[in-house]
Amino acid sequence: MSLERSDVEKIAHLARLAVSEEELDAVTSDLSNILHLVAQMEATDTTGVEPMAHPLHMTQRLRADEVSETDQREKFQAIAPLTEDGLYLVPRVIE
Amino acid sequence: MHNKSISELARGLQDGEFTSVELTRTYLDRIASHNPALNCFISVCEEGALQEAELADRRIRAGDGGPLVGIPIVHKDIFCTDGAKTSCGSRMLDNFIAPYDAHVVTRLKQAGAVMLGKTNMDEFAMGSSNENSYYGAVHNPWKAGSVPGGSSGGSATAVAARLCAAATGTDTGGSIRQPAAFCGITGLKPTYGRVSRYGMIAFASSLDQGGPMARSAEDAAALLQAMAGFDSRDSTSAEQPVPDYRSTLNDDLKGLRIGVPKEYLGEGLDGAIAESIQLALDEYVRLGAELVEISLPNTQLGIPTYYVVAPAECSSNLSRFDGVRYGYRCSDPKDLEDLYKRSRGEGFGAEVKRRIMIGTYALSAGYYDAYYLKAQKIRHRISDDFRAAFERVDVIMGPTAPSTAFAIGEKADDPVTMYLSDIYTIAVNLAGLPGMSVPVRPVDGMPVGLQLIGNYFQEARLLNVAHQLQQATNWHSAAPAGFE
Repeated sequence: MSLERSDVEKIAHLARLAVSEEELDAVTSDLSNILHLVAQMEATDTTGVEPMAHPLHMTQRLRADEVSETDQREKFQAIAPLTEDGLYLVPRVIE
Repeated sequence: MHNKSISELARGLQDGEFTSVELTRTYLDRIASHNPALNCFISVCEEGALQEAELADRRIRAGDGGPLVGIPIVHKDIFCTDGAKTSCGSRMLDNFIAPYDAHVVTRLKQAGAVMLGKTNMDEFAMGSSNENSYYGAVHNPWKAGSVPGGSSGGSATAVAARLCAAATGTDTGGSIRQPAAFCGITGLKPTYGRVSRYGMIAFASSLDQGGPMARSAEDAAALLQAMAGFDSRDSTSAEQPVPDYRSTLNDDLKGLRIGVPKEYLGEGLDGAIAESIQLALDEYVRLGAELVEISLPNTQLGIPTYYVVAPAECSSNLSRFDGVRYGYRCSDPKDLEDLYKRSRGEGFGAEVKRRIMIGTYALSAGYYDAYYLKAQKIRHRISDDFRAAFERVDVIMGPTAPSTAFAIGEKADDPVTMYLSDIYTIAVNLAGLPGMSVPVRPVDGMPVGLQLIGNYFQEARLLNVAHQLQQATNWHSAAPAGFE
């Protein structure tokens, strides 16, 4: 499976990753090589096999609906790039 | 002092032969002299270590006889350490001071271990050579200019160079076992769910496991004893009781059935490595074990399967790094999309970006069935292969890696070449089984690892089997020249 530059641009956008013009060709080639490796999976028949998402087939453990955490907002926001009044600041989103 | 085992160090501390402060200073001095050439540390926590050592000395004087009190260790920089830099080997977290301790860190602190520092690693645990670190490559202490393996290359190097008594590492596709093999030390990846992942920065949630790296199975057992156990803060933590690993180390191996997969020792494996593995197997037969040829027919499919599943899970896990709440933020973002794209584009290295993109592609509309679902079905097949094998054998053995440590830069050009070297370790993570690597006879002066694979939650058995080899031989006690 070989990718085109336009495929890579789409994937990069989905992943919110900036890929420069200079990088695009090398990235397209690298990703195509990896997909070529991965295509080996097609060689095997998996009809009737259940997908395995968890090594031990565990299910999600639940807990009681009780408050167990304390407010540590100040501590956690101390390492944030930009905050104000307990909010995280980002470039304007809503016009 | 730096060549003593953990139990010898503990005895020395208990007998008052030396203090934890003296021991810690010895290691800090060794780190100062050797780290410039090895580059295995990202942070050295001198002040914190000496404070912890003093507390440990007080505990010992008060009668605390715990096996890890006052023992200096290092943590792979993937474990969150409260108040200390936790970079995960990446520019993305170069400015990140963790606001809490990982479960593993808490447990080892409670056991009285002293943290010397945080070790270098492939960025976000993605790599097999420790060349993918924002902080530069780590050098194998056995041969400068060679890789230590990855992603826990810093920890493996620190242990082999005797810059600490032991280390923590993590393993998603081989990242404890392969560097252990390349650096001539003992490393163990526990059963999935055995060690809590709380505070262990996530790469692939269904594959990641933290584990001990040390100079012997006995030392690894001491660390695992403190690390293992249920933790309610990790929803995949197993509610499985933790046995006393030390108590069964000396169990007899008579009648042990060792499975040797024909796919592992077939054509294509380097002859010298095959010989080293065979010598170890011969030793096991002398110890009373029986060798059984088995087949793991889906071995080759492990690599393509892993390189769909792991990137898919990583693309999801790494989406939290967005420049908003912590970590790297690009300068002067024009709008929100620019903030995300450039913070991530500039914060992540090339390998990380490749894997995020492969993962994103494999999970995207129209490709999910052909890639992710298909991979999870093959994963089931691979697990079934092991299940069938464990009905006939107790432990499975083979080489940990297809080569000894290669030169820095040798495989850096083509990601796929690097991926192929994970062939023996990867299936173990896909199945969630426990695995170890122990040193056997070197080839051309470079360490070779024997991999031992156990059934679910059989860490005690693996440690026992590894320990018996280390009682009968001394491949594991060799030190790299200049670090004795």
